[in-house]
Amino acid sequence: MQLVGIRDVSKVFANGIQALGSASLDIAAGEFLSVLGPSGCGKSTLLRLIAGLAEPTAGTIAWPQGRPDLGFVFQEPTLMPWATALGNVALPLKLRGVARSEREARAAEALAGVGLRGFERSYPRELSGGMKMRVSIARALVTAPKLLLMDEPFAALDEITRRRLNTDLLELWQRTHFTAVFVTHSVFESVFLSQRIVVMSARPGRVRSELAIEAPYPRSEAFGTSADYAALCRLTSAQLSEAMAT
Amino acid sequence: MSARFVAPILTGLFMLALWEGLVRAMAIPPYVLPGPILVAKTLVSDWGTLWPALVVTLSITLQALLAAVLVGVLLALLFSLSRWIEFSLFPYAIILQVTPIVAIAPLIIAWVDDVNVSLLICAWLVAFFPILSNTVLGLRSVDRNLLDLFELYGASRWRVLVDLRLPAALPYFLGGLRISGGLALIGAVVAEFVAGSGGRESGLAYRILESGYQLKIPRMFAALVLISLAGIAIYLLLSLLSHLLLRRWHESALAEE
Repeated sequence: MQLVGIRDVSKVFANGIQALGSASLDIAAGEFLSVLGPSGCGKSTLLRLIAGLAEPTAGTIAWPQGRPDLGFVFQEPTLMPWATALGNVALPLKLRGVARSEREARAAEALAGVGLRGFERSYPRELSGGMKMRVSIARALVTAPKLLLMDEPFAALDEITRRRLNTDLLELWQRTHFTAVFVTHSVFESVFLSQRIVVMSARPGRVRSELAIEAPYPRSEAFGTSADYAALCRLTSAQLSEAMAT
Repeated sequence: MSARFVAPILTGLFMLALWEGLVRAMAIPPYVLPGPILVAKTLVSDWGTLWPALVVTLSITLQALLAAVLVGVLLALLFSLSRWIEFSLFPYAIILQVTPIVAIAPLIIAWVDDVNVSLLICAWLVAFFPILSNTVLGLRSVDRNLLDLFELYGASRWRVLVDLRLPAALPYFLGGLRISGGLALIGAVVAEFVAGSGGRESGLAYRILESGYQLKIPRMFAALVLISLAGIAIYLLLSLLSHLLLRRWHESALAEE
């Protein structure tokens, strides 16, 4: 079932830079989709357009089943330093007028869901980079959104933390059945996580090719070291080079 | 006790001892330069005149600071609501700030009948700018992504102000407040000097002038000491307030770990 249809969408910024040139993409409900491309290919812009944080210069973004509730995870944890982990996660509910006791219960549940039970009263500066990212994911998921948009969320983390978060993210996705759109510039990450990879070319960004990753879930560390995985990475890598060359 | 406290205290004691020693060794008369022991004695013996004067000066200082906070924060909020208001008013705020208070104090004192009110206006004029400019800066230093997040969840302008802009501006505001605390005292003292004997209730500055005329130099020094102590106390109190409000989350309040 189609969740969103993006047709010939382009975006030119006020300063004349064309970030996105006529991109088309369909996203199916429930899928895990990665958008892969070099820096400056308009991946983030595409995500912001889907989120409704910016308007496309041309083209249409259609929601056949209506615009769903959505969550957004930024490159940085983007937490409010003056609020506790619980307060940060409860923010979307607060902004929607959910009563205090209910929103705190739901925020605590979301924190437990990302493995941060017991850190409710901690302030962001008391948490590590990976934990802050977990808080950020919990905040995006607290409203139980149908669509989770992630903009290179683990790019700034170390390899070990990133692997853990990748596995945990997949587990969350399988448990809660949201649609995931994951923007990344890492071939390995996109192959490990997604069912489908969309490869974009550099500025102005266009969708160059698509790949299906048919490996079954749950995907464990073992998948990440398998020959299948290596072959898929090679294939994806070749497509990325091709997209960058054109 | 750490070196942080011992070092300045030892330096202070050494300077006082040097001062006292020089005054005695060179037999400098007290109407030229009194030694610190004589100043301390005068502080005690003249407490009856000095204390009420201190209360007058401090009350003007605190009222001016309060008015500075009120007007500064309100103006900053207006500026953050509308660029037009900011463009229209900010240059004039700067003009008020850079005009020397000694130059306009006589005018204000001449125009305003009530001397206390005119002193208050002078002290306020000196104190309000750091609060205004810092709060404006703070209200604007909001994480772009957090703004996007608030927009994503359909937050009203009011919620963005209360839940995002104000907390983000708090450290900046408190920084401005610490500067303004000292400036309010300076403004009050300068205005008192200009007003001279015009005030019925006389503050510390008037006591200093009066002591000068009467060649009661030790009392003049005692009044000076009181003004410095008042300034230090205001600074420490505002620092404590800032620490209490920020210690859980702001980098500036991090304990050295």
